Amino acid sequence: MTAKENTVSDVLEDKKYKYGFKTLIESDTFAKGLNEDVIRAISHKKKEPEFMLKFRLKAYEKWLTMKEPRWPNVHYPPIDYQNLSYYSAPKPKKKLESLDEVDPEILRTFEKLGIPLDEQKKLANVAVDAVFDSVSVATTHKKKLMEVGIIFCPISEAIQEYPELVEEYMGSVVPVGDNFYSALNSAVFTDGSFVYIPPDTISPMELSTYFRINTEETGQFERTLIICADNSYVSYLEGCTAPQFDTNQLHAAVVELVTHENAEFKYSTVQNWYAGDPETGKGGVYNFVTKRGKCVGNNSKISWTQVETGSAITWKYPSCILQGDNTVGEFYSVALTNGHMQADTGTKMIHLGKNTKSSIISKGISAANSSNSYRGQVKVSKNATNARNYSQCDSMLVGDKCSAHTFPYIESANSSVQIEHEASTSKISEEQLFYFEQRGISRENAIAAVINGFCKEVFKQLPMEFAVEAQKLLTLKLENSVG
Amino acid sequence: MLEIKDVRAGFDGTEIIKGITLSVKKGEVHAIMGPNGSGKSTLAKILSGHPSYEVMSGEVTLDGQNLLEMEPEKRALKGVFMGFQYPVEIPGVNNAEFLRMAYNAKRIHEGQEELDPLDFDEILTEKMKVLGMEQKYKDRSLNEGFSGGEKKKNEILQMAILEPKLAVLDETDSGLDIDALRVVANGVNKLRNENNALILITHYQRLLEYIQPDFVHVLSQGKIIKSGEKGLALELEAQGYDWLTTTH
Repeated sequence: MTAKENTVSDVLEDKKYKYGFKTLIESDTFAKGLNEDVIRAISHKKKEPEFMLKFRLKAYEKWLTMKEPRWPNVHYPPIDYQNLSYYSAPKPKKKLESLDEVDPEILRTFEKLGIPLDEQKKLANVAVDAVFDSVSVATTHKKKLMEVGIIFCPISEAIQEYPELVEEYMGSVVPVGDNFYSALNSAVFTDGSFVYIPPDTISPMELSTYFRINTEETGQFERTLIICADNSYVSYLEGCTAPQFDTNQLHAAVVELVTHENAEFKYSTVQNWYAGDPETGKGGVYNFVTKRGKCVGNNSKISWTQVETGSAITWKYPSCILQGDNTVGEFYSVALTNGHMQADTGTKMIHLGKNTKSSIISKGISAANSSNSYRGQVKVSKNATNARNYSQCDSMLVGDKCSAHTFPYIESANSSVQIEHEASTSKISEEQLFYFEQRGISRENAIAAVINGFCKEVFKQLPMEFAVEAQKLLTLKLENSVG
Repeated sequence: MLEIKDVRAGFDGTEIIKGITLSVKKGEVHAIMGPNGSGKSTLAKILSGHPSYEVMSGEVTLDGQNLLEMEPEKRALKGVFMGFQYPVEIPGVNNAEFLRMAYNAKRIHEGQEELDPLDFDEILTEKMKVLGMEQKYKDRSLNEGFSGGEKKKNEILQMAILEPKLAVLDETDSGLDIDALRVVANGVNKLRNENNALILITHYQRLLEYIQPDFVHVLSQGKIIKSGEKGLALELEAQGYDWLTTTH
C-alpha cells in the first residue's frame, strides 16, 4: 500500500498552486504609468540602438489610437494601463560577469521551479534562458550552441549584438499595429529570447525559455524572435509560472517565428501561470499573447503545441502564415480551465502558397465554473491552389457549471482547396469513474487515464519529459473537480 | 464468504431493498431472479459501492470484514467484481491498457511488482484464447462502439484477468444473442472454482441453462420471497413470477 499512500499525499500536497511563492530580492522597478518618457527610459536602460527606440515609439503612437479587443469570449473589469509598472529588474549586486554572480536568491527560485541554472546542475540536453520579471537572468549552454553557430540569448542582448538581424525580422511577422496588445508589447517589451539557427544546422539540443513573474503590479512584456535559416531545425520549449497575488498581473507577449526554405520549427509551451483563487476568482495572470510564425521559404514547417493550464484569462492564438509553397502549419492544443478561469484560445492558419497544408487539433477541458472557448480561423487566399486543412476541436466538460464554446471561421478564395472540420463534446461522468474504481483503479488514476486518452494526440507531440509533466499537471488541476 | 444481514437500501431516499439476508460460501453460485423493479440491480450496486445508492440499515461482510465501510476501489481490491449491466464507454482509453491498470492495481495491493505492457500482453492473449475472444478487443477504446454482446464479453474478460473472489454479474445475459450468451456462460464456467463465489442476477431462466446455480433466490418488492435449488428456476420459467407473488 505504500505506493498508493505516496500518491495520495503527493496529491494533497500539490493541491494548491505550488509555484505561488514570491522571491524577496531587491529590484529596480519603474514608477507606475506609461508615457513616452517611460519608453525612452526603458530603451535607455537597455542601451538600445536608435532603430529600436523608433520602433517602440511608433508602436506606442499606434497603441494610443487602438482599443482593447472586446470580441473574445472573456469578461474582466477594464485594465488601468497607467496603474502598472513597465519595468522591473532584480537589482544586481554588481555587474554580472558570469552565472556565479546572479543573485543566489534568483538561482534558488529557478531551482525551486525545477530549472537548475548553475553549471554543475544545469539540464544536460536543454539550453535554458531564464527570464525573471523584465530581464533575462541567465542563459545556459550558450558556448556549446555558439560552436555550431546557433545564437541563443536574451533579446535585449541580441538588440545590441546583432542589431541587423533584429531590425530585419522584428515586426515582420507581427507588425507593431497588429493588435492592441502587440502594439503595447512593441512599445514596452523588456526581455525575452532570441534564437538564430544558421543554414544547414540541426540544433544539437532543445532550446527553452522559462518565464517567471515575481513582482506584483508589474506587467511582463515578453518579446521572442526566432529565425530558422534554410535547412535548419530546432525544437523550442517555453514554461511559465508566477506567484500568487490577489491582484492581476498582465502578461502581454509577442512571439515571432520565421522559417526559411526547408526549415522546420517546433514550439512547445506548458503554461501554468497563477490562475487566481479557485473559489473567488480573485487574482491571477491575464495572459494576452500574440504568437505567430511565418513559413517564408518553400517546404518549411512550423508546429505549435501548447498545454494551457493556468492564467485567470487566456487570450492566445498561435498562428501560421503559410507563405512559401508546400509549407506546413500545425497547431496542437490542450487548454484546461478550472475554478473561475476563462480561456479564448485557438489558432489562425493563413494559406498563401500553393500546396500548403495545415492541421489543427484542439482539446478543451473545462471544469468548475470556468469557460473555455476555441476560436480558429482558416483562411485560404486565391493563389493557394490545392491547400488542405484539417481541424478537429473536442471539448470535455467536467461538472455542470462550466462551459465550452467553439468558434470556427473558414474563408476560402480558391476552389481547389479541401477543408475539413470536426467537433465533439464529451463529459467525464461519475459513472465512468465508478467503472474504474470498481476495477480497483484509484480515482486519481482514473481521471488521469480519461484525460490522457482525451489529450493523447496532443501529448504525443510534446518532448517526452514535457509530456509526462503535462499529464501530471492536468491530473493535479482536475483533482476534486469531478463529482 | 459473503454475509448479507437484513439490509435495507435504496436510491435518492427511496427504499428499494427492504430487508435482505443472504449467505454465500466459497465455491457457490447463487442466482437471483425476479421481475423488473424487484431490487436485483440495487443489490449489485450496494455490494460494489456505487455512490448513488445508499444502505439504510443492515450489515454486509466479506470474510468477516465490513464491506459497507470500504470505498469501491478497496472492495474491488479485496476481490469483489461487478459485471455491469450497462458497461460505460470510455473513449480514448485503450482496452488493453485499462486491463493492465486494473491488473497492476491488484498486484500492487498484493505486494507484487507491476507488469509491463509486454509481460501483461502474454497473460491477456492467453485469457482471450481461453475465452474464445478475438484479439481485436485489445486495441480498441474501452467499450467504445462495442455492441451489447461485445461489452458483456469484455466484462467477462476483465473478470478472467482479475480472478475475483466474489463476482456479481448484473443481468449479464440481457440483450445477448445465443452465440454471445454461450461465450459469456462458457467463460464464467471456466472461471468457477472452489475458492470463488458467484452471484448471477438475471431476469430469465435462459442463462441458468448454461451456468448451473447451486441456489436460486426469487426477489420481489425488495425481499427474497423464495429460495431453493436450481429446479426453482425451471418452475419459475414455467409458471411466471405471478405464481409466487400472488400466492405470497
